[in-house]
This record gives sequence, C-alpha cells and structure tokens, in this order.
Amino acid sequence: MNEQSMTVRGKERYKSGVMQYKKMGYWEPDYTPKDTDIIALFRVTPQEGVDPIEASAAVAGESSTATWTVVWTDRLTAAEKYRAKCFRVDPVPNSPDSYFAYIAYDLDLFEPGSIANLTASIIGNVFGFKPLKALRLEDMRLPVAYVKTFQGPATGIVVERERLDKFGRPLLGATVKPKLGLSGRNYGRVVYEALKGGLDFCKDDENINSQPFMHWRDRFLYCMEAVNRAQAATGEVKGTYLNVTAATMEDMYERAEFARELGSVIIMIDLVIGYTAIQSMAKWARRNDMILHLHRAGHSTYTRQRLHGVSFRVIAKWMRLAGVDHIHAGTVVGKLEGDPATTRGYYDICRQDFNPMTLEHGVFFDQNWASLNQMMPVASGGIHAGQMHQLLDHLGEDVVLQFGGGTIGHPKGIQAGATANRVALEAMILARNEGRDYVHEGPEILAKAAQTCTPLRDALEVWKDITFNYESTDSPDFVPTATPAM
Amino acid sequence: MRVTQGCFSFLPDLTDEQITAQVQYCLNNGWAVNLEFTDDPHPRNTYWEMWGLPMFDLRDAAGVLMELNECRKVYGDRYIRMSAFDSSHGWESVRLSFIVNRPKDEPGFQLERHEAGGRNIRYTTKSYAVDRPEGGRYGGK
Repeated sequence: MNEQSMTVRGKERYKSGVMQYKKMGYWEPDYTPKDTDIIALFRVTPQEGVDPIEASAAVAGESSTATWTVVWTDRLTAAEKYRAKCFRVDPVPNSPDSYFAYIAYDLDLFEPGSIANLTASIIGNVFGFKPLKALRLEDMRLPVAYVKTFQGPATGIVVERERLDKFGRPLLGATVKPKLGLSGRNYGRVVYEALKGGLDFCKDDENINSQPFMHWRDRFLYCMEAVNRAQAATGEVKGTYLNVTAATMEDMYERAEFARELGSVIIMIDLVIGYTAIQSMAKWARRNDMILHLHRAGHSTYTRQRLHGVSFRVIAKWMRLAGVDHIHAGTVVGKLEGDPATTRGYYDICRQDFNPMTLEHGVFFDQNWASLNQMMPVASGGIHAGQMHQLLDHLGEDVVLQFGGGTIGHPKGIQAGATANRVALEAMILARNEGRDYVHEGPEILAKAAQTCTPLRDALEVWKDITFNYESTDSPDFVPTATPAM
Repeated sequence: MRVTQGCFSFLPDLTDEQITAQVQYCLNNGWAVNLEFTDDPHPRNTYWEMWGLPMFDLRDAAGVLMELNECRKVYGDRYIRMSAFDSSHGWESVRLSFIVNRPKDEPGFQLERHEAGGRNIRYTTKSYAVDRPEGGRYGGK
C-alpha cells in the first residue's frame, strides 16, 4: 500500500483552500529517514471510509506543521524540512481496521532536553482528530543527537548499587500498607520491621502525601528513625522512598530538601506530577546525590488499551530521558496488567544501552541510548516468595522486587515476611549461579531453603496457590515464526 | 547480631564447595575475583583492605580458594568478602559480592542520636568493635 508520493508542488500547493494531507507533503513514501530524525510509530484506526494513507498523513500533519487549510505563511519557512513525513503505512496483523504509520520528524522541530516540548507535538492535538476513530503511539526512535540533550537517570543502576553496596541480586522492597490511614508513628513501625527483617527498601504509596492522618514531616521523621535503626541492626544500607509529590514545585523541593537533610538515600515522585516537574526533580536528584523513584500512577488510563493512547514502552523511553532512576514496569506474574513478551520489551528499554528491534517484544526500532544511565525497573503488585524463580527468570537481576502484601501479610509478622523474601531470593541466586535449572527446580530450591528458615516455610504455605492468570489486554502484534534451518 | 551485607548473608555460611561454585560462575562470566578484609564493617565503609590485586588472569576457581584460605590464615578473625568485578562498558563495577568469613562474635552497631532543632535527629552508626584500634578488634591476634 506504500504507493507513490502524491505531493503537489510549486504554486498549486499553496492555492487557498483545503487540500488532502497526503497531497500537502505529509505522505512521502520515498523519504528515507535521516539518522537525526525522530521516528514515531502510530497505530492508526481511521473512521469508516477514511483512506488509511490520508489518515496517517493527517497524523503527520497535525503533529507537526499542518492546520486544516492551506496557509500562505508556509512559504516564509523551510516548510518541507519542518513537515513531519509519514513514509510507511502497514496493515496491523490480525487487525483489519488498523494501520501502523511510521512518521519521521526533523530534529529542529524539538527543543533540546524537553519532554514537555516533545510530547506537545507528538501527542498534542492529534489524538482528538475527528477522522480517526482511535490512535495509539506505539514506539519512538530517538536519535542519539536528541538523546544526548537529556541528563538521563540521576543515579543509574550501577551507581545506585555502589551507593547501596548491594550487588548480584535483585533489590527487595515493600510498600507500606494500608496505603492510607496509618499515623506517622505506626507507619514507621512497618518500615522498621520490614527493613530489619531483610528488605533493602520500603516505599510510600502513590497517594501518601500529606493528609490529616499523617502529615509529611511526621512521616519523614519516623521513617528515617526506622531506616537508621534498621541500618544499625543489620549493618546494611537501607532506604525508604519518601514520596515528595505535592501540589506545587515549591512544596516538592521543600520536602525533597528535608529528606536530604535527614539522610535519606532516595525520594519518590508520582507520574501524575507531569513531565516538567519530573525533569526538575531529576535535576534536583542529580545535584543532591539522591536516587529518584517514579511511581507510574495514572499510566493505565492511557497505556492499557491497545487501540488508543500511548504504549508504556514510550512512557518508559520518555522517563529514561527525563531522568528517573526507578520505574514500575510490571511483574508478569503479579496482579497487574502485563504479558511476558511486552514486559520484557519495557525492561530492555530501561536497562540496555542498545535496544535491537524486537517485534515479538513490541520493540519496533533499534534504539541507541548512547551511554545514558540505566533505569532500575520495579516489579510491584501481587507477588510473593513462592514465585521467586519465575520472577528471576522473567525480570532478571537488575530489578527491585516489591513485596507489599507478600511481606506485611505474613502470618508471623512483617519481619518474618521480609526474611522469607530475602532468604528465598538469596537461595535462588545461589542456585542460579551454581548452574542449576532454577526455573524448573524453583519449588524444590525454595523448599530446601525453607528447611532452615521457618518464615519462608510459612510464606510458602500461605500463598502456595496464589496466581493471577488473566488474559492480557496489550500483547505484541507479532509472534516469532520458526525459520527452517539452512 | 549478624552483619547481612553481601549477597548471601541470610543463608547459612557458605561451605568452601559452595564458594567455589560462585567463583566459577564469576570466572565463567569473565569477571575478576577479588578478596578484601576488614574489622570495620560499617555499612558505608566502602574500602576494605585488598588481599593482593584482583585476580584478573585467573581462570580456575581452586586458585581463588587457595588465596581465600591464605587470607583466612592471617585475617580469620575479620570479615572477608569476595567480590567480582566486571570491566565491560556500561558496568565497570562490582557484579557480585558476598561475605566468606566473619568474626566468631559480631557485637553489632550502636546508633547514636544527636537531637537537633525541631524534632530532627542526626544519626551516627558506629560498630562497637571499632572502639579498639584496628587489628585488636574481635579478639584478634
């Protein structure tokens, strides 16, 4: 369907009136994207009767220079350079009404180092465009020239590990529960028990800010008492993600500075604070030797449905540019959305220096990160010690495994819950490194470790039948096909 | 108390056989194994004393075990950790680190609190063992 260019050129192009987008220069099937172009891949679902090429050209137009009618003022500019160019439209496999549209944008269309500016173009007007039934931003190729204008993760995986002195295993965390209602004093108790029991981190939940039952200063003070007590009790560096999310930047800076003053190694923000606030906090974190945890609160409103919105892989790319250190990226086996192949794609985007195009993981482009720091993915939501072998297999070593209920819900208490998780993890790493087939022998490895660890035995017993097997709403469009050996 | 730094501190102390398997894993990955010891296990004491240089060219886990046993003969009353260093681009740091020897008695840490303005507290973590000079801690020689 990638037929010839229909672009009208010369005087005719600028005759007053309305012209199809595909004739205005937004459909250029012969265009070869430059190494410095930003490429966006959209899943376009046109309204019935709308030509998919015209719909895709309209996406290119509306996300770059076009408006609904021809304007003569285009002729005052290097208009051809600034027009985004749709250069390829493919039918989506097994989805007759949708098309993948590849659109190239010249680098000069974007302010360096600004996610707000990037997104104002790419997902600005165009998602409400009437001729489209639905539109989804699936992936982006970010040129090195553009990547290099961003700070990237404030700390990065390697330096985070160095600061924490923790190597060779996933980090362990837990979100304090109940999410709402605990007083500062009770809240700190949960943090202390979990850290002393063996976790590396505790975490505020996304909606813990400064409420009548617990104001933020109280939370910070009690949490840091808990962190320091646990450090002294174990000889290990410990942390708790103090959520500094607040109504204004001034409030957030005040909270972040207090966290720093108290000696916290890490703070946390929510995705809902917005891209500019996230970039500001990332710069603050870099200046203040602080690890920056991002909770992706709100993302499912636009990432989950396959036909409309923004894929989480794109959000992950933007967040790596924006500069957060931790990002929730799915568990595969837990209670929240995420099929294994798609999740693998997200994890690769967080952690690799170069992402090769891997369609079966939903990764549509080669992406060179040009030594930008790596982001630590966080797996949180409905996971427990009995799944340790699966978690390690799906998610690898550079990840924070966050067991909230799986720590605090332990029948013998929070410390016991934390110890169960830590022992399960260390036993699994030991076995993996010894060369054992830990994925299949996982249950035996855990049972063996439980012989010398009562808390693990209890945990395995309580949660032995807990799994979350539901159909995923967002899985890759391409499945690997076996190629015959030559 | 038990200092739980390192990758395997929540498991029973590793046997030499288990240590050998971990070393082999590191060597198979092309990482250089390194031995370090200390009698100040403060969580932020980054620089433990090095037992020689990282064993960059060693390909046999048995050789590392020999070095460990030599180190134990001299510093068996202290913490000894084994770490594996990965020099590949993008990492260039430690990949695995675990304790392979610890003092018989671990007195743990004192947490000092200095009350400051408001309700702020400045915390200082201090190993009980460091009251004595280096070498004389943990009832050492």
